[in-house]
Amino acid sequence: MAYNILFAGFGGQGVQFAAKVTTYSGMMSGMEVSLLPSYGPEMRGGTSNCAVRIDSKMIASPIVNEPNLLMALNQPSYDKFAEKVEAGGTVIFDDSLIKRSDTRTDISVYPIPATKLAREHGFVGLANMIALGYMAKKTGFLSLDIIKEGLAKAVPASKAALLGKNIEALEFGFNY
Amino acid sequence: MNKVLMKGNEAIAEAAIRAGCLHFFGYPITPQTEVAAYFSKKLPKLGGTFLQAESEVAAINMVLGAASAGVRAMTSSSSPGVSLKTEGISYIIGSDLPCLIINVQRGGPGLGGIQPSQSDYWQATKAPGHGDGHLLVYAPDRVQEIIEYIFTAFDKAEQYRMPAMLLLDGTLGQMMEPVSFDDIPVPVKHEKPWATNGHKNAREHNIINSLYLKPEELEIKNFERFERYAKVCENEQRYEEYMTDDAEIIIVAIGIAARVSKSAIDDARAAGIKVGLLRPITVFPFPTKAFDRIKNDPKVKNILTVELNMGQMTDDVKLALECKKPVELLRHTGGIVPTPKEVFAKLCEINGGIRK
Repeated sequence: MAYNILFAGFGGQGVQFAAKVTTYSGMMSGMEVSLLPSYGPEMRGGTSNCAVRIDSKMIASPIVNEPNLLMALNQPSYDKFAEKVEAGGTVIFDDSLIKRSDTRTDISVYPIPATKLAREHGFVGLANMIALGYMAKKTGFLSLDIIKEGLAKAVPASKAALLGKNIEALEFGFNY
Repeated sequence: MNKVLMKGNEAIAEAAIRAGCLHFFGYPITPQTEVAAYFSKKLPKLGGTFLQAESEVAAINMVLGAASAGVRAMTSSSSPGVSLKTEGISYIIGSDLPCLIINVQRGGPGLGGIQPSQSDYWQATKAPGHGDGHLLVYAPDRVQEIIEYIFTAFDKAEQYRMPAMLLLDGTLGQMMEPVSFDDIPVPVKHEKPWATNGHKNAREHNIINSLYLKPEELEIKNFERFERYAKVCENEQRYEEYMTDDAEIIIVAIGIAARVSKSAIDDARAAGIKVGLLRPITVFPFPTKAFDRIKNDPKVKNILTVELNMGQMTDDVKLALECKKPVELLRHTGGIVPTPKEVFAKLCEINGGIRK
């Protein structure tokens, strides 16, 4: 199976970090991986996005034009990328921030109020991990255990104290 | 094997440090600023020099100074910044000094844009500065290969006493891939009897200079330099072939264009189109040897170049083919990267549709 994933949201919502965790997790499950962030003015609001590819074969291009898996954490990202999702693909989106703007019936769409849940359950700033846990539950694209391993790799040594809370948020999303 | 995820830009800096380069001079510009950021954290702890200069012009002249002293030195920039460096690059060529220059290309001309491009190909390979002169130019297409060619670039720059360049694009600088430093080579040590490194009167003093007021002396220098370039062209060509053995169509592409083309080739092969990829890794010297078979092989019907510019490398491809095969070009500029679908459609068109 090949996953062409797009993580998208405002700069600061942690889409780049969620992408990095996913990439590490893919790598640790023995797959080939690549990660390509958007850069430049997009980082400062609007649609900061990050393309991750996970494949059993060697990855040719790191660019994702038509994702089969999308995590959208703000309205502009949903509006821009939902229509690009491959038929049969899956969208995870934060419905505490996003109104679904498409009418597609050929994709699976799973809402989760990640930002609201994060605020109400002591996970402020970790809506990204809640959404990632939910994505793992809904698609099975990576196991929860392997994502925990990827998370441990992605958290820098200087921020090791934050690992526990990230794992809790991930599990919360998985069990939602 | 111990693997970590690294950005191309970070891998450049880490590989350079491991290759023994402890002197970096730069000036920030998107999309390569992470190179300088990485060096700035590491070099002071290693007793090296990290210096953010007042301009690109200053940075390249600091490289000239450091290289004169015989240490491994480098600078990094993106297209408009490299244009600013060209004066210094010409002086470094004229002084026969080894060093490394990184160009993580963005769209041009002028300030252009900040998205990936390959539109400095001519500058890198034909006219890196005023006067007759060349750089060794490497164009890797993945992060692990960037690491490998940082070592090669320093080694060959010192062997031939000429500056080397890694010609990348914004995608390669920004993307992350798993890399390993387990199998990196031991940096090759070259004697530098020409270096102006202090000797307490133990020998005649060395002079590093690019000014020759007597035309005869200057001409001798230029002829001597081009004898070295001839050796470079003979010995240093590097390229990779992918599914070219039975190919009727051969794509020629570098960097991110080559990777996109590989995706398209897999799809085209599945549709029964016999297509392969020739990927130059050195673009100066251009790998003409790779074309020796291709240009005379009756199996090969068409060549397709895929470029993030208006067709700059296509000139070199036609020369290498001696115009014995028709060459078509798929191009984008300004920061747009062709999609595998576009390349696939072009392959179908050249092939006259899909016939199994």
